[in-house]
Amino acid sequence: MSSATTTVAPQAAAPPGALRAAWQRPAARKLLLLGAVTAVLAPFAAARWGSGAWPSELAVSLDGPLGRANDWIIDNRDSHWLFLHFFGHISNAIITAVRTVYVVLLALGWAGVTAGASLLAWRLAGVRAGATALASFAVCGLLGMWVPTMRTLALMIVAVAASVAVGALLGLAAGLSDRMFRGLRPVLDTMQALPAFAYLLPVVLVFGIGVAPAVLATVVYAAPPMARLTALGLRGTDQGVLEAVDSLGATGRQRLLTARLPLARRELLLGVNQTIMMALSMAVIASVIGADGLGDRVYQSLSTVDVGAALTAGIPIVLLAIVLDRTTAGRGSWAGVPRGGTGGHDQPRRRTRTATTWAAAIAATVALGRLAGTTWPETWTVAIATPVNEAKDWMVQHLYSGIPGIGGTADWAAQYTGWVLDPLRDGLQALPWWGALALVAALAWLIGTWRTALTAVLSLAAIGVLGRWEPAMDTLSQVLAAVAVTLVLGFAVAVPAARSPRVDRLLRPVLDVFQTMPQFVYLIPVVALFGIGRAPAAAAAIVYALPAVVRIVSQGLRQADPAALESARSLGATGGQQLRQVQFPLARAELLLAVNQAVVLVLSVVIIGALVGGGALGYEVVFGLAQGDLATGLMAGTAIACLGLMLDRVTQPTKEANR
Amino acid sequence: MRKRTTWTVVAAAALLATATGCGAADMTRQSSPYANAAGDGKTVTLSVQSWVGARANTAVAKYLLEKELGYRVDTVQVDEVPAWDALSQGRVDALMEDWGHPDQEKRYVADKKTVTDAGELGVTGHIGWWVPKYFADAHPDVLDWKNLDKYAAQLRTPESGSKGQLLDGSPSYVTNDKALVKNLKLDYQVVFAGSEAAQITQLKQFAKEKKPFLTYWYEPQWLFNQVPMVEVKLPEYTDACAEKGAADPATVDCAYPTTPLKKYLNTEFAKKGGKAARLLKNFHWSKADQNEVAQMIAEDRLPADEAAKRWVQRHPDVWRAWVR
Repeated sequence: MSSATTTVAPQAAAPPGALRAAWQRPAARKLLLLGAVTAVLAPFAAARWGSGAWPSELAVSLDGPLGRANDWIIDNRDSHWLFLHFFGHISNAIITAVRTVYVVLLALGWAGVTAGASLLAWRLAGVRAGATALASFAVCGLLGMWVPTMRTLALMIVAVAASVAVGALLGLAAGLSDRMFRGLRPVLDTMQALPAFAYLLPVVLVFGIGVAPAVLATVVYAAPPMARLTALGLRGTDQGVLEAVDSLGATGRQRLLTARLPLARRELLLGVNQTIMMALSMAVIASVIGADGLGDRVYQSLSTVDVGAALTAGIPIVLLAIVLDRTTAGRGSWAGVPRGGTGGHDQPRRRTRTATTWAAAIAATVALGRLAGTTWPETWTVAIATPVNEAKDWMVQHLYSGIPGIGGTADWAAQYTGWVLDPLRDGLQALPWWGALALVAALAWLIGTWRTALTAVLSLAAIGVLGRWEPAMDTLSQVLAAVAVTLVLGFAVAVPAARSPRVDRLLRPVLDVFQTMPQFVYLIPVVALFGIGRAPAAAAAIVYALPAVVRIVSQGLRQADPAALESARSLGATGGQQLRQVQFPLARAELLLAVNQAVVLVLSVVIIGALVGGGALGYEVVFGLAQGDLATGLMAGTAIACLGLMLDRVTQPTKEANR
Repeated sequence: MRKRTTWTVVAAAALLATATGCGAADMTRQSSPYANAAGDGKTVTLSVQSWVGARANTAVAKYLLEKELGYRVDTVQVDEVPAWDALSQGRVDALMEDWGHPDQEKRYVADKKTVTDAGELGVTGHIGWWVPKYFADAHPDVLDWKNLDKYAAQLRTPESGSKGQLLDGSPSYVTNDKALVKNLKLDYQVVFAGSEAAQITQLKQFAKEKKPFLTYWYEPQWLFNQVPMVEVKLPEYTDACAEKGAADPATVDCAYPTTPLKKYLNTEFAKKGGKAARLLKNFHWSKADQNEVAQMIAEDRLPADEAAKRWVQRHPDVWRAWVR
């Protein structure tokens, strides 16, 4: 924001000569053009519709039609052909599938599932992954969370299978057809920038609350990375290889199966990994619409601020995330190693042997499972909820407020709310609506192209048209404040990490773990520390976005050309000078990417922060779900999507802008 | 080549249609995939709402169903209004404490007949506005709504800005507070704490510092034992006002009614649920009973199962009649 105003201000007062000089620079040219347009349009708009929040004359109320649509759906859900013959079958297929997987998991028993998962992890990603899986499943059982874990796992298996299938098909289409790629790519990019909450309402509208809508929302949320990476992988095939295959007279299908798909294996596996992680994140959040399982336990505990119970359900989620990530990511790197080059004749025999081993392992697992019983024995559990709650109460009493000198966590929360969030919110809400549009246009155009600027402005306008201007500005103030803190902290950590390999080595495993955790989990500790309100939501958002920012920034700084650094050093530049004048400018693209990621990630958590008193747009979604008032929820959900789109576009660097 | 692909697609579609039964699939008859996974037909799914009283009902019902009747019980967190839809669709079997939703009752009980009235819970609920006793003792005239504006300045908080704060809890509760504040032209701002637990945390903090507050609250509630509160008199509840409110909730300008809390069952479950359905229909206890369990859960931080167990051991005279 400040960069825009500081460049404009001197120019306004500058003599014409300087103006002409400024005209040479593209950034200034854009700003001048935009300033001129604003200067012409703003007085007109201000005179016609005023200069406060979005004018009500320009808003369209969809409450009535949406409410009627909701009533119609509820009344006709059991009679209209659309539901009986279309949605009903989708819902039925999902429920049957989840049920089948769940029954199989229960039939395998706790010993069977644990042994099976460990074997699978071992086979796919090595001994360490196998041991991790073994320990993790044992901990899930020990915490008394076996049944919820199996439910989440059953839902996940179905959702991931569907996401991978859908994503791979879309990706295949986009990989093979240029037109499809051009059409699909912006859609997929956009879908990845939207917070999970925005996906919940539409499926609830059609399917009501339950497991089927939860799976559908998960699939919609988790399929894009698969589609995207499949398409990228297929398109990245070496042209030379393709030509060689062509010259051997391969048909289109042979070419795809023998050359393009195998060559894209790394991307495909990365896609599967990302899809699994996104699916887990969503499967947990979808407890708000009845997904059951671990997420539901967290949700139940959060609504009573029972941190101990929330942690009991949160630990298995984290463990599940780590196991799934290690197993599938391990598979990804292992697949990069070329194999199968040694003697083709050996292959069939080895395959038979593997198959036999597998059959034996499966039989043993099943037998073990049947012997040990279906669910984890009740006497083998450790109740951690009470001690955790006692610890939390102690923390609340001792850390909460009144620590001499630094104050307590509650005091920080109150100060952050009173001195940062409130002024920022009031400022944004007091900003004239046309001013906000112009500001967004300026920022987006400076960083990106006129296309991104147009999308950003239209998204912001859509929020106004939906009548959600004030809550959106509230949400925006929370996002901006949290992003600022995230960036400051992120740079503070990333700079030492980029300069010292030792710090980097220490940091890496921590970042790995933090990046795999689903958003929902972050809400638990912040409630214990900061109570309820906008401050804990911000804290959760900051912690969630920090690892990505640290990783991207430190990578960008480290990639700076060694020769450039060397020459700077030989000129006698100090460490700080090197950083400011060489490394930062060279890593401009990465820094912008870090900002973009920070904005997207922070927004997604600020929205679910409504569950801990964050208010604003997220609250309206929760309210809509809680009161069955889907019209309100749906409008807020759309506004969230628009806000996400706007923030993403404003911070999206493009190739054109980097030139 | 192309032709063969087309045929494959057609065949696959046909296969899919056959596999899914080709005919109608009524999603309102599809229960949760987790229900009855053991296959013995003895699973009951109870909906839980976020307030502690409702958790107490569910905890005791769950304990008795499991330990006395040998059922497997699932609990799912669903707010009141969505619970009606879930109940109608058979995704949950019972709603143990409903605070009065005439719209839903008409739609599901009277028109669609997918939900069955299972009688009263035995507890009478009352919603209102309350101030702490220490504040009411110092300023007795705050107990009439007409004098509330006089105290608005004292009740300001950062979240309510220049107006007085009327603290509301969870977004899922039955509330007319926004309409009341507007129609009675009060200088107050309704602030939602986000959840009941958050509201209680806030009220306790106010009480600890002996600060005044005005809050949406309800009876029966265990918190009264810890933070004594006095109700503020709102314009009297009349049938005319209730009718006006039913037509358009934004026009309500009178107090909340006193509601006998009710239980509702899924119709199918009510007919075929056997002993479990009978127990849930017979479930009937007093305000004191509910508060006893609620306090164990919320204040003593006992797990719900443990609280239910203690109550069940102390009061066999009450629940024996339910399981017969």
